[in-house]
Amino acid sequence: MLQKVDDTAPILRINNIEVIYNHVVLVLKGVSLTVPRGGIVAILGANGAGKTTTLKAVSNLLKAERGEVTKGDIQFEGNEIQELSPSDLVKRGCIQVMEGRHCFGHLTIEENLMTGAYTRSDGRAKIQDDLEMVYTYFPRLKERRKSLAGYTSGGEQQMCAIGRALMSRPSTILLDEPSMGLAPQLVEEIFEIVKSLNSNEGVSFLLAEQNTNIALKYATYGYILESGRIVLDGKADELRENEDVKEFYLGVGGEGRKSFRDVKHYKRRKRWLS
Amino acid sequence: MSTQFLNFIEIFINGLMAGIMYSLVALGFVLIFKASGIFNFAQGVMALFAALTLVGLQTGQVPFSHLINAIFGTDIHDWGPGLPTFLAILLTLVVMIALAWLLEKFVLNHLINQEPIILFMATIGLAYFLEGFGDLMWGSDVKTLDVGLPSGGSFWWEDVTRTWAPEDADYWGMYIDKLDISATIIAVILVTALSLFSQYTATGRALRAVADDHQAALSVGISLRKIWVIVWSIAGFVALVAGIMWGSKSGVQFSLSLIALKALPVLILGGFTSIPGAIVGGLIIGVGEKLAEAYIGPMVGGAIENWFAYVVALAFLLFRPQGLFGDRIIERI
Repeated sequence: MLQKVDDTAPILRINNIEVIYNHVVLVLKGVSLTVPRGGIVAILGANGAGKTTTLKAVSNLLKAERGEVTKGDIQFEGNEIQELSPSDLVKRGCIQVMEGRHCFGHLTIEENLMTGAYTRSDGRAKIQDDLEMVYTYFPRLKERRKSLAGYTSGGEQQMCAIGRALMSRPSTILLDEPSMGLAPQLVEEIFEIVKSLNSNEGVSFLLAEQNTNIALKYATYGYILESGRIVLDGKADELRENEDVKEFYLGVGGEGRKSFRDVKHYKRRKRWLS
Repeated sequence: MSTQFLNFIEIFINGLMAGIMYSLVALGFVLIFKASGIFNFAQGVMALFAALTLVGLQTGQVPFSHLINAIFGTDIHDWGPGLPTFLAILLTLVVMIALAWLLEKFVLNHLINQEPIILFMATIGLAYFLEGFGDLMWGSDVKTLDVGLPSGGSFWWEDVTRTWAPEDADYWGMYIDKLDISATIIAVILVTALSLFSQYTATGRALRAVADDHQAALSVGISLRKIWVIVWSIAGFVALVAGIMWGSKSGVQFSLSLIALKALPVLILGGFTSIPGAIVGGLIIGVGEKLAEAYIGPMVGGAIENWFAYVVALAFLLFRPQGLFGDRIIERI
């Protein structure tokens, strides 16, 4: 499972960022993380912990929601990127797949994929090649290429959203909650594709996921986020063995059945974590 | 054919032609509404402004001449014989594109993420601004616009249709305005070009993507600001075409901006998000108006034409609010 990653030159580095929405709501309170080149890094945590905000801070989609990075900095390929527009970032190879798929419902699957190539200027032939590449990873999309995306299933839409991002030839994909609302089998299928994209195409992934179990199975490194702070981080297999993670996130608390005493214990530890 | 039937055909055809003129205005609304969710109250005024600018350039009027004369006590009106029609149209188009660019830079860009109602208010403001600005620039007198399109009744058609009536009937043939025929041809070309553009080019695809989901469009690297400039430029172009047709028909004057009101029932009928809807909606309203005037009008003392469209629109709002061709809301549960 562990992949050889070049730790010396991270592709993405987030340095102690603070994010405020609407000038008042403090959502991230100093988050730092690194994505090594060719790595799959997972941000884990419950609802409202700030996973999506972290990804949007990188892709600069925050500004469209009146959010703002007020402290810290974000470096992609060694350059600060806070001043870039989402469009510039996509051109540089960093693209976000948003939570909830967000396919263009009234466009066909193939048109959806083609919008991903909007920022490219390397010619029709290469874009066509990449379309074929996407279809080899997602054969289901090829079957449904002429259907309106709005009428396809949740799994197909998730594939379409990832495929659309691939069409921009990214070096890094920010993948937000790919498992949302999908059957466990499909989740597995999608993560398998993520893994093969990672190893075959060399795409780095920063993914936000509530499904800790599956995320730690496929990621190389994980960060656990709680109310806007990173409370724990480590290699994926170490995190999987960590007692706290097991208890809070994987639901396999080691010490047998829970008694009232354990609940208090849980709360105490929870306090320690945050 | 009996004269009654021939009369019916004449009314029907004239209704279609009037409808095309409504469609031209409605089209501009649909384009902007689809791409940015803004109901552009200023579409009618944009048509007026385009027509004013075209006449001004064509006749060689000095812009702001009234203002200049008032301030400096001079007496200038024209700078020369004016530009050839083709050049004037081209220059007006440049003005409309510049307008779209300025609008994005100074208004829309500052209203990103605002409620639709706020953007709507901004377009009301724009409507009044443009109206005043147009007056200031070119004067408020009624102008005639002649871009060389054929006008007047078609004698050929009158002669042809006269032979369709029985020999002994007192029938003089159908009246069809040549200007309406040109409007129809231009509208067909315009709509074909627009749908080809939105269906088969990368920019067109991006326009549709933005219309579907702003956020997702942003996330794949489509620049909303660029798209908005493009959309408002196209809407400006459509306004120019509408301005030319309506201006040639009824003169360039303030009331031209009120044709926007006629576009409303068309939009409600055809759906705010459908280009074919705008066309078919316009045709139905045009035909409906003329037929109602001719056949129901006499029973109620006439003047149905003025309100018939709105009653149809009301009925549609009650029974089919998304219009005939409006996007059905695709919702997954």
